[in-house]
Amino acid sequence: MRSSFFSRKCILGLLAGAALAIPAMQAAAQSTYVTKGSKAASEKSCVAETSDIRRNHMDYMKHGRDEVVIDGDRTGQYSLAGCIDCHAAKDASGKYLPVDSEDQFCHSCHAYVAVNPACFQCHRTTPEKRD
Amino acid sequence: MSKQSDQPGMNRRQLIGGVIAATGAVTIAPGLILHAVAGNPQQKKGASSEKRWGMVIDANKCADGCSACVDACNDEHNLTGFDRPATDAQWIRTVKLKDKQTGHINRMVMLCQHCEFPPCVDVCPTNASFKRVDGIVLVDRHRCIGCRYCMMACPYKARSFIHEALADQSVNAPRGKGCVESCTLCVHRVDAGKTTTACQDACQKEGHAAILFGDLNDPKSRISQVLKSNNSTQIRADLELNTGVRYLNL
Repeated sequence: MRSSFFSRKCILGLLAGAALAIPAMQAAAQSTYVTKGSKAASEKSCVAETSDIRRNHMDYMKHGRDEVVIDGDRTGQYSLAGCIDCHAAKDASGKYLPVDSEDQFCHSCHAYVAVNPACFQCHRTTPEKRD
Repeated sequence: MSKQSDQPGMNRRQLIGGVIAATGAVTIAPGLILHAVAGNPQQKKGASSEKRWGMVIDANKCADGCSACVDACNDEHNLTGFDRPATDAQWIRTVKLKDKQTGHINRMVMLCQHCEFPPCVDVCPTNASFKRVDGIVLVDRHRCIGCRYCMMACPYKARSFIHEALADQSVNAPRGKGCVESCTLCVHRVDAGKTTTACQDACQKEGHAAILFGDLNDPKSRISQVLKSNNSTQIRADLELNTGVRYLNL
């Protein structure tokens, strides 16, 4: 009797938890991950399988930075400048928004997972146009 | 650049066997493996150890009142300052030397000398200050902790420390607060296969042509020819750092 009471309580708890979790999951599934108005929004996928980039972009960039800075090999598939060129959105006046500003591409996910990458202390946050 | 996984792969042993086979390793006794030197240097991408990039600066051609090279460097790497000359970043600067006895004034530019034996690399506690295989001395800002030992060690005062937060850096030179930096010999241009630096282009455009960049290891390069046929000087040659930047008529 006691055990069945326990299990019922557990199931109720699980149900309550699931009820809370489902809307959050739905919201995540609905979000498009790319920022509206960015070049990336018109592309079919990222520079590799989008799910792969989503999971492993930090590793790719960490490898890439040593290849570029130390070995001088800039031919790699992945680059932070490439991310920014593609994922920066423009505001109403056509000016690029920094990718690390609120609700923009980099910030939105990193804020959600409470990660604070130091990339943009040194790297620019908008595509660079040089004459 | 393999995907990182938290789980050990089932085919890990196969992979290790494959790697050993691929590098041509030979087991001469249990536990003792002889590795063949792997890789063809010509197939390697990026910087090549067959080159040594350097620069020749002709002090006679460096014109008084001209700062074209400094401006070009600032523009190329977006070195914006805060109107505080004592702390603003400076990768290349013009210097006037006056002989007190004769009154003769020499003009030249001072920048990172890209030493073969760089003191900044010797003292760096994090290996952030390093020399690329092609002789270019750089700071890896991913590793720099901003201790400024390298600034103390550099006999040429070539390095700057960034005291304030920056924005809108150039893709050519990502740079930020808390790191030390100096002339990169326009490494972004070198990696792109270009043969001139921003300062050289600017000096040429002004009609002075006091700066020449090139490969010191290639006897046919213009810089090697100039060094062969002229008497050049290393600044503080007594330190035996074998600088990559040489001066004429100094």
